[in-house]
Amino acid sequence: MTQDIALNDPLVVAGRSFNSRLMIGTGKYKDMEETRLAIEASGADIVTVALRRTNIGQNPGEPNLLDVVPPEKYTILPNTAFCYTAEEAVRTCRLARELLDGHDLVKLEVLGDDKTLYPNVTETLAAAETLINDGFKVMVYTSDDPLIAKRLEEMGCVAVMPLGAPIGSGLGIRNPHNIKLILENANVPIIVDAGVGTPSDATLAMELGCEGVLMNSAVAHASNPVLMAQAMRKAVECGREGYLAGRMPRKAYASASSPIEGVIGS
Amino acid sequence: MIRLTVNGESMKLYSANNLQELLDTLRLSNQRVAVEINSEIIPRSLHSQTRVREGDSIEIVRAIGGG
Repeated sequence: MTQDIALNDPLVVAGRSFNSRLMIGTGKYKDMEETRLAIEASGADIVTVALRRTNIGQNPGEPNLLDVVPPEKYTILPNTAFCYTAEEAVRTCRLARELLDGHDLVKLEVLGDDKTLYPNVTETLAAAETLINDGFKVMVYTSDDPLIAKRLEEMGCVAVMPLGAPIGSGLGIRNPHNIKLILENANVPIIVDAGVGTPSDATLAMELGCEGVLMNSAVAHASNPVLMAQAMRKAVECGREGYLAGRMPRKAYASASSPIEGVIGS
Repeated sequence: MIRLTVNGESMKLYSANNLQELLDTLRLSNQRVAVEINSEIIPRSLHSQTRVREGDSIEIVRAIGGG
């Protein structure tokens, strides 16, 4: 079998290196076993989780997510999903830090609207400032606005994660031009978070030069989540290699691949 | 007997001198959780020395699936 060219090309976030550029969510799977198998197949190092109240008085023995994605094996990225204010998001991150024994890498998302789940950018900026001052390493979900992305980087966010399309929509990268504008000015990893529906969407994000892709629904809501997780792993690798390899220039007209000299009968 | 609010539900307990005992009673002591009492995080190392008082509002959270 052909041997792949070995690349020493880790994703570096907040000084930590990760082999995989695919980050994956743990929501919406059929059960814990499917969660475990899909995450394994994705090859992801960074895995997002949400924080919620424990069920009091019911199913105390129910399987715990952190048994399926042990923090010893994965970098757990707690999110602030369904926080609508900076205050709620900061509170959630502080609880996550306690839950995970001082772990300081968080995914900040402050939502503005139930229907679109679009980020509330003003609350996001406020939360990012408080969290950074409190010692958190903030990977921040935001809109695909290049100015806001730059502002979040300048504040000290360790990764900026613009949406490709609304969370859970599977619409793909709706505005690749904005993602490119964000990338042009970026000095921290730009990771497309939300909107990916297919492996080719993930590949496109990576071909544009993104440092990684974060997804959940595209895998969890596939007919076969485990197979899709594997496809996404390849898609992200494929897009990254294509980006590093450097695409050929676009031309308006044809350019023959075979030489014109010595054409038979000429 | 003391009355508490735990994750939004009111609860009466006959005995819970400290937070660790409350977690034991709720059968949560072997799970990875984070706890706030009256919006203040109580580090795990302090659970057994943190008193639970009448009227306390307690939040107990854990990690679940999310994107």
